[in-house]
Amino acid sequence: MTPFTKLTGIVAPVDRVNVDTDQIIPKQFLKAITREGFGRFLFYDWRYLDGEKPNPDFVLNQPRYHGASILLARTNFGCGSSREHAPWAVLDYGFRAIIAPSYADIFYNNCFKNGILPITLPEEQVDELFRRTRGNDGYELTVDLESQTITEATPVPDGGLKIPFKVDSFRRECLLNGWDDIGLTLRFEDQIAGFEKTHQPNATRYGSLETLSGK
Amino acid sequence: MPSQTMYEKIWSAHVVREETGQPTLIYIDRHLVHEVTSAQAFAGLRANGRKVRRPDLTFAVMDHSVPTTDRSLPILDQAAKAQFAALERNCKENNILLFDMHDRNQGIVHIVGPELGITNPGQTIVCGDSHTSTHGAFGALAFGIGTSEVEHVLATQCLSQFKSKSMLVRVNGQRPQGVTAKDIILAIIGKIGTAGGTGFVIEYAGEGIRKLSMEGRMTVCNMSIEGGARAGMVAPDDTTFAYLEGRPYVSRGKEFQAAVDRWKTFASGPGATYDHTVELNAAEIAPQVTWGTNPGMVTDVTGSVPAPFSFSDSASRESAARALEYMGLKPGTRIADIPIDRVFIGSCTNARIEDLRLAARVLDGKKIASSIKGALAVPGSRRVKAQAEAEGLDKVFRAAGFEWRDAGCSMCLAMNPDVLPSGERCASTSNRNFEGRQGKGGRTHLVSPMMAAAAAVEGHFVDIRKWDLGHVE
Ligand code: SF4
Repeated sequence: MTPFTKLTGIVAPVDRVNVDTDQIIPKQFLKAITREGFGRFLFYDWRYLDGEKPNPDFVLNQPRYHGASILLARTNFGCGSSREHAPWAVLDYGFRAIIAPSYADIFYNNCFKNGILPITLPEEQVDELFRRTRGNDGYELTVDLESQTITEATPVPDGGLKIPFKVDSFRRECLLNGWDDIGLTLRFEDQIAGFEKTHQPNATRYGSLETLSGK
Repeated sequence: MPSQTMYEKIWSAHVVREETGQPTLIYIDRHLVHEVTSAQAFAGLRANGRKVRRPDLTFAVMDHSVPTTDRSLPILDQAAKAQFAALERNCKENNILLFDMHDRNQGIVHIVGPELGITNPGQTIVCGDSHTSTHGAFGALAFGIGTSEVEHVLATQCLSQFKSKSMLVRVNGQRPQGVTAKDIILAIIGKIGTAGGTGFVIEYAGEGIRKLSMEGRMTVCNMSIEGGARAGMVAPDDTTFAYLEGRPYVSRGKEFQAAVDRWKTFASGPGATYDHTVELNAAEIAPQVTWGTNPGMVTDVTGSVPAPFSFSDSASRESAARALEYMGLKPGTRIADIPIDRVFIGSCTNARIEDLRLAARVLDGKKIASSIKGALAVPGSRRVKAQAEAEGLDKVFRAAGFEWRDAGCSMCLAMNPDVLPSGERCASTSNRNFEGRQGKGGRTHLVSPMMAAAAAVEGHFVDIRKWDLGHVE
């Protein structure tokens, strides 16, 4: 996993509540067997008209948001299915950080596994960021995970915004170092083996799989 | 411990390692795998030279993209075909039992696990699928995970988890005739909202839940994620034990009795406390129909499509307006006046034998309305299909004008050829009415199997409480 320390980038606002993972990446793109290349399909149904022509009304298609790396979103972002294709698409498009008032549990978790920082801020602060993003062409923020602060990067009229945020310390550590979860757990292999000595969740088959009755 | 919740008991029984300020390492008893969310996990293992730690606790099935028509024909969708091939290879290489699309035990992963008895009370169960919450109906801690976590479980048989908060949803009283488990869970989601359960594990309790069959309890737990909760659970009781007895992966005789005694200890203690409690009265629940683009946008069949301005905050007003536009509905339209183009009876929410029996009871001796362009009955598993056929239910569906299909996820998410055409309106027994879920531009109304069957007959939603169907438990 690529570490996340500090990021400065353009902010793109997606102003909808309850954005579900079917919207982030529709099912027809879930048949791939690699993790790459999903960025093209991010927000597919909103982003494209028939024949994959970019929909000029959709926010990410506006030139001012091209190259954005910070996604500004609304409550319950990423609800619905557990598909990790959703954060893969977000990442592959170029986003490394998301700012929203709340996330769905599985999506939130999946972000950390992919080096994406999902920041939770109170609704009013998110509102304010939406206002500033819309009001300033090329609006950029700097997200610093080390100090857990967001600051304005591009000069704006009433600039100088400085917003602290909080991420669970363990998750922060993992992101900062780009640690591999599995590697971390495998350090405790002996403990796992010890646990298996007393806890035996064996899946023994007693009946037949050939008959309906199972006898 | 009399004061612990079922969640706490199962959690503590699975702690491998704990350290303050860090997620807890918990042991996973059953890992279910399907074709869509596993290929990258196996590839990750391979790239790092890692092995599957417990292939014996891992079960795989093909369900999401399988055709529900004749499977002796070649698969035309090359991407789906490659995904099936990858699962086959991964299972073979790693010695994992796979129920492929030709196996008599094949079906939707959350239907297969319970019906084979792979799912037991007191277990931790995960799967790369958010509706893993279904298995909680047995008094197990079951939740969906992402592909990175699938890889983690494959490699370590453990997961690093933060503990969730606990929510008690108590459904008092008895539900009226014509009101099913699906209506109960839709009413609960309507009450708490689609994010109301975020960060919580829900325990469902009360007479309204106790009276449900295992099929009904699975329907309720299945949709926990639609209320934002990763897991939902019901304490195991005699209904649970009777369902499990004799299933292929369940012990027999004395061993079974010992298992039952142990399973009973997982129920929440009388003094258990919860972080949040919600109460509903089953007697007041009417058949439910969703009108919008998330499962919380739901109302009684006797109600009307709400006006966006009737919502208190601006975000809800905006999303309701957007939902009505997508759904092609006008505020004030009576739910019972909404005409339907297609009907889908299937999915891990409502494609077990009891669901098919209820729908068949409504359809018996009737025909679907001439305005219906297509009606699909898709059993949740091949075992369910065989059972239904043994009872003659397939004949009832066919005689009414339904297509009787092979088992799989089908039009629940339309990854296979069963797609809802754009602009068409479907009465569906599945669990998600998101934009485009059943097909781009398709309009989904979530309902119970009885309601779906009745809507097929009438061409629109109806208050099935008024139909004389004899006694339905
Ligand atoms: S039936 Fe639908 S919700 Fe259930 S596992 Fe299949 S796709 Fe997911």
